[in-house]
Amino acid sequence: MTLPTADIIDRLADIRPGSFVDRVRTERPETRTNAQKSYLALFEPAQDGDVSRTERFIVAAFVTGLHGADAAEEFYTAGIGGNASLIAAVKSEIEAGRTSGPYGKYPSGPLSSEDKPGPVFTVSDPGRKILGHKLSAALEHAHLLVYRPREASPEALQALLDAGWTTTAVVTLSQIVAFLAFQVRVVTGLAALSAAGEGTLASATAAE
Amino acid sequence: MTETVIHPAIDNRPAAFTQAEIGWTPWLQPLSEEDLTDRHWAGLVDASRSKSPYFMLLARDPEILEARTKTDKDIFYNTKAGLPRAERELSAAAASRFNGCIFCASVHSRFASHHSKRTGDVQKLLDDGTDADLGSRRWNAVTKVSVALTETPSTFGETDIEHLRSEGLDDLEIADVIHGAAFFNWANRLMLSLGEPTPAA
Repeated sequence: MTLPTADIIDRLADIRPGSFVDRVRTERPETRTNAQKSYLALFEPAQDGDVSRTERFIVAAFVTGLHGADAAEEFYTAGIGGNASLIAAVKSEIEAGRTSGPYGKYPSGPLSSEDKPGPVFTVSDPGRKILGHKLSAALEHAHLLVYRPREASPEALQALLDAGWTTTAVVTLSQIVAFLAFQVRVVTGLAALSAAGEGTLASATAAE
Repeated sequence: MTETVIHPAIDNRPAAFTQAEIGWTPWLQPLSEEDLTDRHWAGLVDASRSKSPYFMLLARDPEILEARTKTDKDIFYNTKAGLPRAERELSAAAASRFNGCIFCASVHSRFASHHSKRTGDVQKLLDDGTDADLGSRRWNAVTKVSVALTETPSTFGETDIEHLRSEGLDDLEIADVIHGAAFFNWANRLMLSLGEPTPAA
């Protein structure tokens, strides 16, 4: 039997058992448990379904890399396995894809004055040769979701279906990108709290 | 065979932020009740969610839907100490306004108004954006740090923690702000990319 994967948010934010941030997380046990279960559902699923384990980790390495979340990028890259040219290709697409968000156009109307133009990412030709058409489509969609989610469209989903992903796979891919947008931010937030040092805590437990 | 998306025909697509009850329609085919196994029902968490096209679409991958829903419920509805409900909703509304999710912003601005009775301040967030003065330093602080966390890459750091502390937030309240804004970076991306808002009925 393999050991259960340790809490990934604790690991990435370097939250030590017994520290004040550990105690704060204990106040929201369902959040902590289900953030971990979310990770397990996406990256250690009972059945891979329509998205393979390697594909899941490649998308995750790309998404966390775009966020500039170094520890997470390193963690998910390690999950890709030992294919060095594949890992190098993902790394190179991360470098090419990094920008700042959110940006994009709103539906035309009163919000058009808030439209903020920005790059539309496409995988490079050398990257496409290594990653293939299907994964390249997944990374291009992941870039849209990370930086310009308000520009999402039925056409963007059709591009995934045309590349060979099933409808259920599109749901899984969307969950992977969206969940990581959450996980990376919880890690950033809790690491900042940890770095700021302990403040006050009017805990429910203490109040009882 | 390659599958195809749904192109909904919608008159008067919502094109502005609102606290009104608008709808949402998917771009991919949700499951139907006949498709559901025990695994799918477990993923829906509440059986009544089988009436929602959004949850029936997400039910295609039931394990992540179940964990997502339970994370969501604890962040927003576990009122054992921590941040008042109104300010959790404010963090969700601020992230949604900043990312541009008209549907999510409508739901959570309405909830923020309901719990705070500050409908006018909430409306300023929708009308004027996340830099608007929302009528109190505490609400401005919650909004500002939710935006910092929502930026990609995130610009959130120790100064944001100090900002919240200067407004009297304790460590659990700060963690609640972080989780509320972070969770809506998950929710916004699903609602924005798997379908679109429809006008109020």
